[in-house]
Amino acid sequence: MRLATHVRDWLDERFGWDELTHFLRKKTVPVHRYSYWYFLGGMTLFLFLVQVLTGILLLLYYRPTANEAFESVQYVMTRVPFGWLIRSVHSWAANLMILFAFAHMFSVLFLRAYRKPRELTWVSGMVLLLLAMGFGFSGYLLPWNTLAFFATKVGTDIVRQVPVVGHWLMIFLRGGEEVTGATLSRFFGLHVAVLPGITTMLLLVHLLLVQRFGISVPPGEEAAWRARPPEKREMPFFPNFLLRELMAWYVALGVLGALAALAPWELGTKADAFAPAPAGIKPEWYFLWMFQTLKLIPAKLGPLDGEMVGVLAFGVAGLLWLLLPFFDRGDGRNARWIAGAGVFALVYMASMSVYGYLAP
Amino acid sequence: MNAPGVDISQPPLPLRRRLVELLLGGGLLASAASFLYPILRYIVPPPSADLGGDTVVAGKVGDLKPNSGRIFRFGSKPGLLVFTADREYRALSATCTHLDCTVQYRDDLHQVWCACHNGIYDLNGRNVSGPPPRPLESYEVHVQGDEIVVTRRQKA
Amino acid sequence: MTRRVLQTAILTLLLAALGSPGLAPPAAAQQPNTCLDCHSEFPEPLGVTREKFAADVHAQKGLTCASCHGGDPTKATPEESMSRAAGFRGHVDRRQVPDLCARCHSDAAYMRQYNPSLRTDQLSQYHTSVHGKRLAQGDARVAVCTDCHSVHDIRPGSDARATIHPLNIAETCSRCHSDAAYMKPYKIPTDQYAGYKESVHHRALAVRGDLSAPTCTTCHGNHGAAPPGVASVEFVCSNCHVFQAQLFDTSPHKSAFEAAGLPACVTCHSNHRVVAPGDAMLGTGPQSACTGCHVEGDGGYTAALSFQRRIAELQTAVERSGEILNRAEQYGMEVSEAKLEQAQARDALTKARVTIHSFQIDQVEKDVQAGLKITEKTYQAGVLALQERDFRRKGLGISLLAILVVLVGLRLYIRQIESGEGKGSA
Repeated sequence: MRLATHVRDWLDERFGWDELTHFLRKKTVPVHRYSYWYFLGGMTLFLFLVQVLTGILLLLYYRPTANEAFESVQYVMTRVPFGWLIRSVHSWAANLMILFAFAHMFSVLFLRAYRKPRELTWVSGMVLLLLAMGFGFSGYLLPWNTLAFFATKVGTDIVRQVPVVGHWLMIFLRGGEEVTGATLSRFFGLHVAVLPGITTMLLLVHLLLVQRFGISVPPGEEAAWRARPPEKREMPFFPNFLLRELMAWYVALGVLGALAALAPWELGTKADAFAPAPAGIKPEWYFLWMFQTLKLIPAKLGPLDGEMVGVLAFGVAGLLWLLLPFFDRGDGRNARWIAGAGVFALVYMASMSVYGYLAP
Repeated sequence: MNAPGVDISQPPLPLRRRLVELLLGGGLLASAASFLYPILRYIVPPPSADLGGDTVVAGKVGDLKPNSGRIFRFGSKPGLLVFTADREYRALSATCTHLDCTVQYRDDLHQVWCACHNGIYDLNGRNVSGPPPRPLESYEVHVQGDEIVVTRRQKA
Repeated sequence: MTRRVLQTAILTLLLAALGSPGLAPPAAAQQPNTCLDCHSEFPEPLGVTREKFAADVHAQKGLTCASCHGGDPTKATPEESMSRAAGFRGHVDRRQVPDLCARCHSDAAYMRQYNPSLRTDQLSQYHTSVHGKRLAQGDARVAVCTDCHSVHDIRPGSDARATIHPLNIAETCSRCHSDAAYMKPYKIPTDQYAGYKESVHHRALAVRGDLSAPTCTTCHGNHGAAPPGVASVEFVCSNCHVFQAQLFDTSPHKSAFEAAGLPACVTCHSNHRVVAPGDAMLGTGPQSACTGCHVEGDGGYTAALSFQRRIAELQTAVERSGEILNRAEQYGMEVSEAKLEQAQARDALTKARVTIHSFQIDQVEKDVQAGLKITEKTYQAGVLALQERDFRRKGLGISLLAILVVLVGLRLYIRQIESGEGKGSA
């Protein structure tokens, strides 16, 4: 204990440690019946940190070429001590991170935490979610196994439907007309350099915005507090809330360890560009609802190409979603519309995913 | 969110506080150890070489006498490297196309032979006689320095 | 207008001249075939539709009805085209068919212009066959060329629709040989096709699609079709089963079978009904092939038992290590390397089953030992993989325990710090 105080004093003397940590002590977290939802963002952040750590560890052995990628992952899984653990945790945490990011988004939506002045927090968060999906899409190809190879083929083919720049965009993603070793190099670069760089910066912005505006209180609770001020409850962020968050993170670590030990992530078979595509190729679960929607759209909608219409519709919907806070003018009417849209989106995505999962 | 069921009128005993801190500290240390141990083990590279890829070093020049062959590991399948009597290297898949036995080089026949059902392939992998229905896959062989490098042919 | 007609005519002539050399030497290929004008309207057996005849390999090479039946197909009236003066022969008697076909097919110089590698010994072969011999004795019920190759729509054997395509041969033979009423005068069995359909050979050919797998003609010959006979069975089988035959030749059975007048191979494996061999054929059980000759107490009887025991031992060992490796794999353990070795253990088992044909215990033992040595290793690999799984679970348990301690500690700690503050804010 003495040593810790020493170190703190030393740092305080040089950097003004107390000043730096001052905001932590001033920051509070509202306490009400929805408080549990405040954990989701922190959990997503924690899983991202797990990804960074395990990702760096995987880089020690991974080789991003079509010749060696599969074998190097196999090497990690079989020969490197605890390689199975690192890779399985990386894969599982990736999926959990996206799951929690989605949950975080919907909780913010339903608690109306995106309202003025937090519009930009929402926008940055949405972009972060898109980046997370980009991480998922690019990382999925890296082991260079059959499923990933064909899923990437299908995924990048959809990009081609974007009007005007579609073909160019596909070539940009694939590094050529086809999914080849060049695609792998690109995806690797995206996954370990481009996306982490952008994500880290945006994440800082996102956290800074959260810090700047404080934690949102749902309108209902806020009104109740205003009516009866003594009911208002808060807890200090540091250490009270952080310790609770730490508990959640420890639970997550336990879950990740259990998943890795009991259900190690599969490796599959090495991708062979000339092998026939295995039946029922499906993307990762978080793309499944979009994939299934595109499959259901007829090939031709009048004079237009069905898939192109689908891709355009997703683009427009995504843009509207991104700008969601700007539609909420604070009166109840619009808010109800937005909540309705949220429920619709949630039900739509869930049912399409289930349908896509069950469909042959 | 609030601490339930604690008698707040009495300050906690110092002993209890110490116990809680001990438990928490011990737990943190133990869990940190259980996280760090695998990571440290992971960082130390294993003694066995990597698994190669579509290219693998099948042996060293001089390992093989002329007119002899040996099995090497190619990914998860066996391969057969032959150094012919004419001092040429040939590499084939070593899995017989009949019933998946592992084939071998016969120095008396100058051909590749499957001991299970007497299937015979020539040095290009073509099934010459016996039950094998298809030829063996043949690989490219290059000598780089003193290493014999075998590469899967790109089908295209 | 006229110029265009002229151009077209010249072009057509040119094309015809270019297309014809070497392809249409005999008869008038380009000339009208008036036979089909009537015969395509007739019912069987006189009827030959244009479609049917167009499928015939002979028609495709420019031969006409007249090539076999004589007459002049360019003449419009039946009186002229089917006149004896024009060489018309009309119906060809069954007995004459082989000689008729042989007019061309035994003429090496003539056949060369169509297919230089086509054999021209069919007729002489046929004379040696049971069919040919009986025909010579005046039995017109036996098979002649057209019975197997069909008439008027004869296709080459490479055509999947041909009656003589490997996949169709057995059925073609069975049309007569499975007809009990038709075969009655010859007093030969009619269950060959039924037996063959249950055989490994049929499965390899029809199910696995291996066109080199044997059908009737592989063992009996085609044009010279005849049963191989007791002495030559082994030679017939050894065309494919080389190794087994070599081993058999060194075995004590070789001379014993000869002395007893028993055919090799067939005595244990049957002929048409060659079912997939199994380990039950060894030993002394109900399916044993050994107890037909060997009785309790003689050397063969004990050898049969030990063959079966050793093979079964290796089989069990292979299964046991395969099972543990699969189990380890299901738990997510990587055992691809051991599985690779496991394939070699299966090799040894396959090889031991072949070596059985030497009927010498020390030879079989060598293969069994080699297999057991590998299974020993792969089983150990499986055990290690399962130990690794247990190690992972234990490690997980320990770290979960540590996590639990931290959670409890955190919970208590939070309670502790909040019990102090609680006083103020409540």
